[in-house]
Amino acid sequence: MDPVTSTIGKSLPRVDAREKVKGTAMYAGDIYMDGMLFARVKRAEHPHARITSINTSKARRLKGVAAVATAKDIPGEKTFGAVIQDNKPIADDKVRYLGDAVAIVAAESEAIAEKAVSLIDVGYEVLPAVFDPREALKPGAPEIHEGGNLIAHHMTRKGDVEAGFNESDIIIKRSYTTQMVEHSYIEPECVVAYFQPDGTLVVKGSHQNIYSIRSAVSRFMGLPLSKVRIIQACLGGSFGGKDDCMSVLGCRAGLLSLLTGRPVKLTNSREDSIIESYKRHPYFLKYKVGVKKDGTIMAMEIEMTADGGAYACQTPFVTWRSVVHATGPYRVANVKTDVYGAYTNNTYTGAFRGFGSPQITFAYESLMDEIAGELGIDPLDLRLSNALRDGDITATGQELDHTVSVSEALKVTTEAAAWNEKRSSFPENNASRTKKRGIGLACSYRGVALGAEGVDATGAIVRVHSDGSVDISTGLVEMGQGLKTVFSQIAAGELGVPIERIHYLETDTSTITDGGPTVASRSTIMGGAAVRKAAIGVREKLFRAAAEKLGASPQDLAAADERIFVRNDPDKAIGFLDAVTLALDGGMHLSSFAWHNSPPIWWSEKEGRGAAYFTYVYGCQVAEVEVDIETGKVDVIHVWAAHDVGKALNPDAVNGQIYGGVAMGIGYAILEEVELVDGVTKTVNLDEYLIPTAMDVGMMDAFILENEDRCGPYGAKCIAEPTAELCGGAIANAIFHATGKRLRELPINLERVVLGHKLVKKKRRVR
Amino acid sequence: MKKIKLTITVNGKKHTLRIAPNLRLLDLLRDELRLTGTKEGCGIGECGACTVILDGKAVNSCLVLAGRCDGSEIITIEGLARDGALHPLQQSFIDHGAVQCGFCTPGMILSAKALLDENQRPTEKDIRVAIAGNLCRCTGYKQIVQAIQTVADREKTP
Repeated sequence: MDPVTSTIGKSLPRVDAREKVKGTAMYAGDIYMDGMLFARVKRAEHPHARITSINTSKARRLKGVAAVATAKDIPGEKTFGAVIQDNKPIADDKVRYLGDAVAIVAAESEAIAEKAVSLIDVGYEVLPAVFDPREALKPGAPEIHEGGNLIAHHMTRKGDVEAGFNESDIIIKRSYTTQMVEHSYIEPECVVAYFQPDGTLVVKGSHQNIYSIRSAVSRFMGLPLSKVRIIQACLGGSFGGKDDCMSVLGCRAGLLSLLTGRPVKLTNSREDSIIESYKRHPYFLKYKVGVKKDGTIMAMEIEMTADGGAYACQTPFVTWRSVVHATGPYRVANVKTDVYGAYTNNTYTGAFRGFGSPQITFAYESLMDEIAGELGIDPLDLRLSNALRDGDITATGQELDHTVSVSEALKVTTEAAAWNEKRSSFPENNASRTKKRGIGLACSYRGVALGAEGVDATGAIVRVHSDGSVDISTGLVEMGQGLKTVFSQIAAGELGVPIERIHYLETDTSTITDGGPTVASRSTIMGGAAVRKAAIGVREKLFRAAAEKLGASPQDLAAADERIFVRNDPDKAIGFLDAVTLALDGGMHLSSFAWHNSPPIWWSEKEGRGAAYFTYVYGCQVAEVEVDIETGKVDVIHVWAAHDVGKALNPDAVNGQIYGGVAMGIGYAILEEVELVDGVTKTVNLDEYLIPTAMDVGMMDAFILENEDRCGPYGAKCIAEPTAELCGGAIANAIFHATGKRLRELPINLERVVLGHKLVKKKRRVR
Repeated sequence: MKKIKLTITVNGKKHTLRIAPNLRLLDLLRDELRLTGTKEGCGIGECGACTVILDGKAVNSCLVLAGRCDGSEIITIEGLARDGALHPLQQSFIDHGAVQCGFCTPGMILSAKALLDENQRPTEKDIRVAIAGNLCRCTGYKQIVQAIQTVADREKTP
């Protein structure tokens, strides 16, 4: 047996499930410390205003208040940011959106802190505000940050679009818009900050990216990175969402802990979370496409504007991912794409599972169906004839040197869904009904990991102890996706021990070097490769120790079933524990640190082209819907989802990612919208912001495609994000098939289905 | 605020406490008894993360005043495993990959338990209705429904 097959590709149960089903897993909110204070935040009262005065004296006098802090109390820098340092955990000069903090309070109880917040008086000079990113980029628009409202502009240039349009038989222009959506992790953000006796600030919390949070807290507190220790508590969902906003919470709690000398817990209520935390970018997209009568796409000219809100956050990277993938997974000879990100006085936007792809996938996959409709071609056939194939050149000029499986994904899903039969039978059956069935699809390609947007490297430590137990440590985090389990499977497989021997250490910036963020679906391919290298590093030591005893050379040995044996003579073996003892007695250390760098990639901002990612994944989702044309209600009856993951290291976990991503996509398509009116969030809790319940998701079938990739451990690529980028387009296309209505704005909720547009609520006074 | 006296049985253990009259059952469990398996996700009874079983019914403990639970019997997630052995629903959630981030899991399991205590032969629809008040953002619910259905199917066979 190949040693690693004992764990790789097996649906082993999650290593962290037991404590989660027992209710003993420790989330940040479950931490209680002696003398702990509770913090609350005084928020901005205008979406754009200059702060003229802050009176905290009444709040300070309230019994039970331990500290009130404003920007004046910040010991270090007032700003932080991944790309542009513009985010302010406590506003000083101006407020830029209604989630901004003006002052923070620590008190003996949350109720006292809340009361104290209500006693703080802030004077403002209200400034003109802007809430539409297209308006924000016009001359004369209110300036939110010095230097103008443009956060980022990226472009792609390939061929000659004018020539392509001239050679086209028809030209189609369409506009699409997508809404702001909220991550809606069920656990709202929470941190507990305290100082160790040596002056180290510890921030435990619901952190997704411990190193970016450490940078922000270190900068804000004026402490060296070595004196800031960020520890991840068990994380109750993140989906990209608990990064910058956790930096904000960490800075505030850290400051209050400094001022009081006591541990401080800061928990966002759901309302705080929705008002303050960053969201998925709303996009305004314009597509112009030229096609031949046979469906060949000749040229695409694309312009889109993303609403970045009050702070830059991840907007420069989100919009870059959009520019790379804007055409969809199709061969297009001539491409001109421009993507702009702009500041507004709306809630800021950042990373969210998909990261600039659900918006464009909705647009280009709606567009593909519109092209098919104009030409009288079946949408599936149009896609198959234009789909990227092995060796093709992408819109950014990159040659695809791996298995390109978009056609395979299209075929697998449409066959399972009985596409051809339903495309023809549904319209006939619908004629006499008010509940109409439709079927639609969307497919995509997606660059794996960070891409040329940043340095992509990460590390892992594997240690074997004298009793044969093993621990592993990486800088990447578990957030529900199953990383601890998959990394444990890799270490167990390479060492030839059962997974029960593996213990995954707490994620803590003080125990391992900065391995980058847990984002971009990069963990399995990058972190998994690092864990594998580290485990092999330890195994080689064990082989050296065992070789002498077995009278064989180390390279002839293998490890499996807790034995180390001669590969061609498996009866010649010693036990794993015996090998451990031999190695330790021989003076070896059984630990290994490994570092994994991504293969080389490049991007030219000036030319708008490059080899943007070292590999890509492909997927397709088909959605069958039933639309009640009297009420506008859309029921998603069934979704078939095929995703190429390279190699499924844990198929059950891959399926779980697919089902969860599909459900999130359903919410994006028909339910979810953070409604902002003049910067005021009107959907502040889960009674108004609707995410899918168990009654809102229909049947789901997952198909795992495996085309092993040379870049990933065991051929594995990724899964988390592509699953969430397809349902918007697939469901929009299914609704069109059912009703004949082409809806180009998300979400396609009741009013859009019935009226064709959004109901506009009456304006409420600014809070 | 004048405190009130409360006698309450939680996971089979009787507690007599003096509490604020505006204390929520959720806060009593978490802050006073440190049974932190019961989670707060929204505070308005929408997400179900704070679900506990109160006198046989699944309730959102964020919507229940502790003071009205005098003499009541409450089961939280910490009360399901017996002598280290997981409850069949807990084991089934593990076996079916029904757990991801785990924050909704305690409430989800307790809603499922309340259903199965009342209806030994639930249909898939019954299960979906029973957990419709428990939001999960990770799983898409499919493996959760399977986990509950499997326990129901096993228990209904004589």
